[in-house]
Amino acid sequence: MLRVEGLSAGYGAVQVLRGVGFEARAGEVTCIMGRNGAGKTTLMRAVMGLLPALAGEVRLDGRKVSDLPAHQVPKEGIGYVPQGRRLFGPLSVAENLQIGLLTRGRGAAVRDHVLSLFPRLRERLDQTSATLSGGEQQMLAIARALCLEPKVLLLDEPTEGLQPSMIGLIREVVMGLKAEGVAVVLVEQKVEAVLRMADQVVFLDRGEVAEVQPVAALRADPRPFRDHVGV
Amino acid sequence: MTERGKILLLHGGVLLALFAAQYLLPAYHANNLARIMVLAVYAMGYNIAFGYTGLLSLGHALFFAMGMYGAGMAVWLVEWTALPAIAMGLAAGAVAAGAVGLLALRTAGVSFMIVTLMFAQAGYLLILYFARYTGGDEGFVVEAFGRRPFGLDLVQDGPRYAAAFCLFAVALAGNLALVRSRFGRVMLAMRENEARSRMLGYNPFRVKLLALVISGLYAGAAGAFYAMLFGYVGASFAMVQYSILPLLYTLLGGAGVVLGPLLGAGLMFYLIDIASGLTSAYLMVVGAVLVVLVLFAPKGLLGALRERGLKWLP
Repeated sequence: MLRVEGLSAGYGAVQVLRGVGFEARAGEVTCIMGRNGAGKTTLMRAVMGLLPALAGEVRLDGRKVSDLPAHQVPKEGIGYVPQGRRLFGPLSVAENLQIGLLTRGRGAAVRDHVLSLFPRLRERLDQTSATLSGGEQQMLAIARALCLEPKVLLLDEPTEGLQPSMIGLIREVVMGLKAEGVAVVLVEQKVEAVLRMADQVVFLDRGEVAEVQPVAALRADPRPFRDHVGV
Repeated sequence: MTERGKILLLHGGVLLALFAAQYLLPAYHANNLARIMVLAVYAMGYNIAFGYTGLLSLGHALFFAMGMYGAGMAVWLVEWTALPAIAMGLAAGAVAAGAVGLLALRTAGVSFMIVTLMFAQAGYLLILYFARYTGGDEGFVVEAFGRRPFGLDLVQDGPRYAAAFCLFAVALAGNLALVRSRFGRVMLAMRENEARSRMLGYNPFRVKLLALVISGLYAGAAGAFYAMLFGYVGASFAMVQYSILPLLYTLLGGAGVVLGPLLGAGLMFYLIDIASGLTSAYLMVVGAVLVVLVLFAPKGLLGALRERGLKWLP
């Protein structure tokens, strides 16, 4: 599904990623882990084309997307929910979703499906998004990305700063997407969440892939968590 | 009442009041109101760029002047009649905005302000340089034969008010339709978070360019009607003050509110009118009022109302 090969990227003269490669498959959750500054968010941004690739490439179903302009990447089928949610604050829940739906000209059926994943949002369609709770805002950010019907969904620490009940809801949705065949790439720092949701873990260390491990192997031997994340 | 009903009632009521005003107000104030409506259309265009899309331009005087000169020169130089001349003014405003946008939208923020200001200053200097065709510093008078659309003599107060009202009504309806359309939502999204909009598959350059062209169309329409209604075309309308005025109207009335420019233009017009009758330092009075406004209603008068209950104001 999503194949990242030899990807190098950075900010100006500062190179952050060095030859990163991994594959995210349909119906699987791939977690990206690493210490602060390892390049997790930079990797997400580079995959989305928000940072120019200095080397390497990103392919979706064999089609190269790393040379497309950034606004074309979501249309190809890669959704992205960045850290901090970044909603259109003054707009209502319904309007935020509408903006997501318009991109690919999708209508009521997609909206209904997305809202079925987040019943709480259906109750708040007319509410200004800036007035939602943190958890509801995260739901809306994910729901809006799903309006594009992505084949691959990149989630950057979606449960950061949320209360436990909301974390549970978000994780349920991630598992639901996995069951629907979406390839989820998740930046996550909590080991128990990773062991519960992920199929494989990509460990980043100073901008390079240190290890890629299936979760079954990590359950048997959790040393990579300690070596690359420090937990 | 539904939100849609409230919006229709409010804006319909405003149009009804403006229509009735020509019969109720003394001629002096009716003439002022005609001028205010034309200036409000100009500020509405500015509001589309600034209030809804987040483009803080200092070059709108160029679009206004292009509309004014496009219509005025069509009458003055090639003796076109009013309607094709007005159409020329509209097209000139929109084309100028498109041309400026193609270059200026490659920048953002302060750079965008400066680049648009430079374009407007270049336009002003071109008007002075090509004085043989533009009348230069003195400008020119639009002949009466070119101010008679549908047989209405725009030199007369009644037809002039009617034409200003028609322009305003069409512009208001268009503005309402625009901001409540899908594209209007995308404009807002662009204003709120351009990077996020890009991640939802929108091309910021295209969205902002289209918004700027629509804004230029409004400014061009206002410029063309100003020339037709008041019969004068002059280089002073291309000066930087005419880029700042619609910004002030919009800030005063409420950026991102459809009726904000009308309220702002009306208040500013009469503030200057009254203050200039009291003192030659009337700009100090205007400045003091703006400072008070920024302190107590930073989102403008209608913006403050929207924050305090009228959330449905488009």
